[in-house]
Amino acid sequence: MNALPTRRMALVGNEAVALAWKQIRPHVVAAYPITPSTQIMECFSQYVAEGEVDTEFVPVESEHSALSACVGAAAAGARTLTATSSQGLALMHEVLYIASGLRLPIVMNVGTRALSAPINIHGDHSDVMGSRDAGWIQMFARSVQEAYDRTILAVRVAERARLPVMVCLDGFTLTHSLEPVEVYPDEAVQAFLGEGPTGGSSLLDGEPITIGPFALPDVYMEFRKALADAHARALRLLEEETEAFNAHFGRDLPALLEPFEMEDAEDAVVTLGAYADVVEEAVRRWRERGRRLGMVRLVVFRPFPAEELRRVLARTTEVVVLERADTLSGQGGPLGIEVRAALYGLPTPPRITDAIFGLGGRELRDAELDGFLEAGPRGRVVYLGSKEAGDVPEPA
Amino acid sequence: MAARGQALERGPVIPGGSSVAYRTGDWRQDRPVLDLERCIHCLFCWLYCPDSAVLVRDGRVLGIDYEHCKGCGICAAVCPPKAKAIHMVPEGEP
Repeated sequence: MNALPTRRMALVGNEAVALAWKQIRPHVVAAYPITPSTQIMECFSQYVAEGEVDTEFVPVESEHSALSACVGAAAAGARTLTATSSQGLALMHEVLYIASGLRLPIVMNVGTRALSAPINIHGDHSDVMGSRDAGWIQMFARSVQEAYDRTILAVRVAERARLPVMVCLDGFTLTHSLEPVEVYPDEAVQAFLGEGPTGGSSLLDGEPITIGPFALPDVYMEFRKALADAHARALRLLEEETEAFNAHFGRDLPALLEPFEMEDAEDAVVTLGAYADVVEEAVRRWRERGRRLGMVRLVVFRPFPAEELRRVLARTTEVVVLERADTLSGQGGPLGIEVRAALYGLPTPPRITDAIFGLGGRELRDAELDGFLEAGPRGRVVYLGSKEAGDVPEPA
Repeated sequence: MAARGQALERGPVIPGGSSVAYRTGDWRQDRPVLDLERCIHCLFCWLYCPDSAVLVRDGRVLGIDYEHCKGCGICAAVCPPKAKAIHMVPEGEP
């Protein structure tokens, strides 16, 4: 199927992203290191230092500055990339809304990680879920290959949707895992992406312009509605661009969500990110034992593919949402709340249990997942794998 | 209508230099009055004015742009004591 002369390389997620960056040949990268995505900047700055890529690399003094520099570069019409994690993304929060509000096609890789306090460097989705309403497209990879693929795809999606895009890869689970990756020739990546952002406003084009002036109550709301409309249109655009990506590179990436064994599924697990591999194995085990279990892995969280999810889950009786973030609302995590909202009003809705797991890098073992899927507690919200208070050791 | 929709789609972008058309002079409570006979053309006022409202040509102060001066008084404050060429006068007083 794949006609391109690809190279098969062993790469950890961060290296794969840095390699994608090199092949994207961004005009500007502004970034500040933070675990677990530091290595993206390390590898990429090495490419710059060795002259392998002609990028203006801006080593700034904070993540707020990193994204601010990206906003300036993208406003000038530059193809612009950055990466961060956790507290870094939190520090960018203010600027996230400016990037999307100005409709700037910045692409950011996020090595997803827990938020302080208590301080923790390990993986979950708390950081990116804190950015869910910031107007960025959010895609999640399930493998190192996908992190590489989606970084390239995201550039084209960003520039055509004129929206910034986050490509999320689970901290450590993907950022630091060594996997085989099919790497495309540089020319193939360049041919797919074309020259650079077009169609937007650039500070460098002809007449002087002002980007981001004051918008009073007479027009502010229309700009926000236009942003919502752009997100709604991005669902179709993501499908088109993913199809174009698959045709160009000979791949089979899902665009919005990835159903596994859902044709006849009575029960389903809905999840996001790299734990899809663990869930898929659980589905295989349960299928062998005769249970009609399936999985839906969401690829994008923003825009949220509610219609597609509704369609694929319409005939299920039991749905378990497995997610790595919480809202502390008593209503579950961000994914569970969205799934519930999407399925509301189905003629025969499934029972939905929102299982929050893996916070701060806590592993979810096969036996634990199987036990939960077999007879675990059901209800609105469950903290799967959380110890009883009495089992948590007292500080020495 | 199509043009308006496109404007929204492009994001908040307007032609440059729009602040020239926006007259902020009527915000003023106190007005700087320049005595050109005392002015030594050091250009401190021009340098410090946050609204670019000190008019200068060929390195010499010509006057104040009252359509944009907000009356903050920085020009009078930075005018060297030996010159004292700018003083603030409440609007409505001669």
